[in-house]
Amino acid sequence: MSHLADLPAHELARRIRAGEVTAVQALEAALERIQAVDGAPGRLDGDRNEGRDKVHAFVTLTEARARAQAEAVDAQLARGEDPGPLGGVPYTAKDIFTVKDVISTAASRILSNFKPPYTATVVERMEAAGAVMLGKVNLDEFTYGSSNESSAYQPSTRNPWDPSRVPGGSSGGSAAAVAAGEGAISLGTDTGGSIRQPASFCGVVGLKPTYGRVSRYGLIAFGSSLDCPGPVTRNVRDAALTMNAIAGPDRRDSTAATAPVPDYTAGLDHGVQGLRIGLSPDYDKLTFFNHDSGKMESRQMPEEISKAVLDAAEALAKQGAEIVEGVPMVHTRYGIPCYTVISRVEAASNLHRYDGVKFGYRSAAQAKDLRELYRRSRSEGFGQEPKLRILMGMYVSAAQYSEQYYRRALQVRSLIRGDFDAAFAVKGAYKLDALLTATTPTTAFGMASMYGDSVLMQFADQLTVTANHAGVPALSLPGGLSAERLPIGIQLIGPDFSEAALLRIAQSYETATAGAAWRAERPAVLAGA
Amino acid sequence: MAEEITPELFNHLVELAALELTPQENEYLRGELNNQLKSIDELAAIQIPEGTPLAAHGVPFPPELRPAARPDEAQPSGLNAEILAGAPETAEGYLHVPGIPHQELD
Repeated sequence: MSHLADLPAHELARRIRAGEVTAVQALEAALERIQAVDGAPGRLDGDRNEGRDKVHAFVTLTEARARAQAEAVDAQLARGEDPGPLGGVPYTAKDIFTVKDVISTAASRILSNFKPPYTATVVERMEAAGAVMLGKVNLDEFTYGSSNESSAYQPSTRNPWDPSRVPGGSSGGSAAAVAAGEGAISLGTDTGGSIRQPASFCGVVGLKPTYGRVSRYGLIAFGSSLDCPGPVTRNVRDAALTMNAIAGPDRRDSTAATAPVPDYTAGLDHGVQGLRIGLSPDYDKLTFFNHDSGKMESRQMPEEISKAVLDAAEALAKQGAEIVEGVPMVHTRYGIPCYTVISRVEAASNLHRYDGVKFGYRSAAQAKDLRELYRRSRSEGFGQEPKLRILMGMYVSAAQYSEQYYRRALQVRSLIRGDFDAAFAVKGAYKLDALLTATTPTTAFGMASMYGDSVLMQFADQLTVTANHAGVPALSLPGGLSAERLPIGIQLIGPDFSEAALLRIAQSYETATAGAAWRAERPAVLAGA
Repeated sequence: MAEEITPELFNHLVELAALELTPQENEYLRGELNNQLKSIDELAAIQIPEGTPLAAHGVPFPPELRPAARPDEAQPSGLNAEILAGAPETAEGYLHVPGIPHQELD
């Protein structure tokens, strides 16, 4: 852990502030790590199979911009000024956030030449806190996927623990970069699990805040009622520090809540004495769609994942938490079907703006009229997953099918929210501070093992998507390693705006397991790095 | 189970979506659409209590958590040149497109 690139953000910021290292040295260490492990960046028409032992987290490295920022932090310190709580800490941003004058692609050909005239609020706030952006990292095209493989920028990101496997998605570049020491923090987004699922697969911490807690301004939209920006970090304290920087109201996003923002680091070490943490049988069984029978079927959760959840409950009980078993969350199994409807309707709506006229990709072919220009630009610019989501979203929201699908899904969403309201109600039967579950139904799966089967891929999000429907915050953190030495993620879900409590519980677990053997293991790509 | 999205219906959706697809894309995307529809079939079987509201989003967003609406007044962005610089084709300060299809009315 002596390499600067492996230091936690809070420790790196402390050393920079104390003058023990400079921001430029921290940047050099991150760049050196990128050079060692990342391989070729994703690019249009790139080879999916290139560099199969590398991470390929990046789409765009913004080295000159980062150097200017790092030098500015060092200059501030030299003048005796405060560079901010993240002063000099290198971070990356999922390439779904706009950054002024930096190509912002959403991993799609249709935005491959898009230089936004404005910067996302979360990026502005990271930079106001002194953090140094290394560049933009890869994702599933427009965030539509759970493996990164649908990116138009290939090679897509690989899992640092085993590069023959996916990093998860859609914030796969974020989770892989953080796991591999390519920046201490990454900004991701989570619509159905897109921060937590890759965090789980890559053995890092990922927080989906309450909907509205973090501004969506400058986030290229997928499902506008579900999208949440949030941090991906290697430890809980860094997630809290990042939330301090990015959370809060924003005049440019009318859904950014005006609730006061606490100092998320303040209560981190207060422990879990007296907190009530629930376990639900409905999160310990899996549902998959059987293509042959055309029916849903239940499956058992893999034993090592169930065990990680129970071990975590035991560790938290030892710290003084009260574990409440048997909490009913009966609508959990409808999360994916409900999401398949709602997210596609919102995606289709959001994708109508790409037309080859105002910005982004335009077909080079001579079009005889405007309609042909639209068709050609969209057909050449979008990959298969956006096309599929447009078609599905249009179908299930069409006037004659909306009653059967879209309106019904919005009602089921109320029922899912109702499960959480009952579990967290202060005067309810369970009075939970948080629910403890697994983050994912499996550990990281192999590249090409699922890609192309859009239904199977969607079910990778079945334990995470409910928090998006309900809008509640949820955090994934490392909970052990599987027999195959792959990270297992555990998830904490809490009531609206309870991020501070989730971080506190997570910190308690992290501290309690600090000496566990699995905590000393490192991703395979770091052998020799 | 019969296919919900027939080739004719699919072609209609593709037209509405302003897309044009290769035969391979047609086959793959129509197959996936039908699979997805089967996978959401059980939504129809859920007992939904009468009066269950439609949730446009999960968090209730009471007025005390919502920012006050600002006056609905146009404000210049000051970004005209930058925005036009990002457009695929411009002419004389406007976005430029090929002819717009239209029908003469009687």
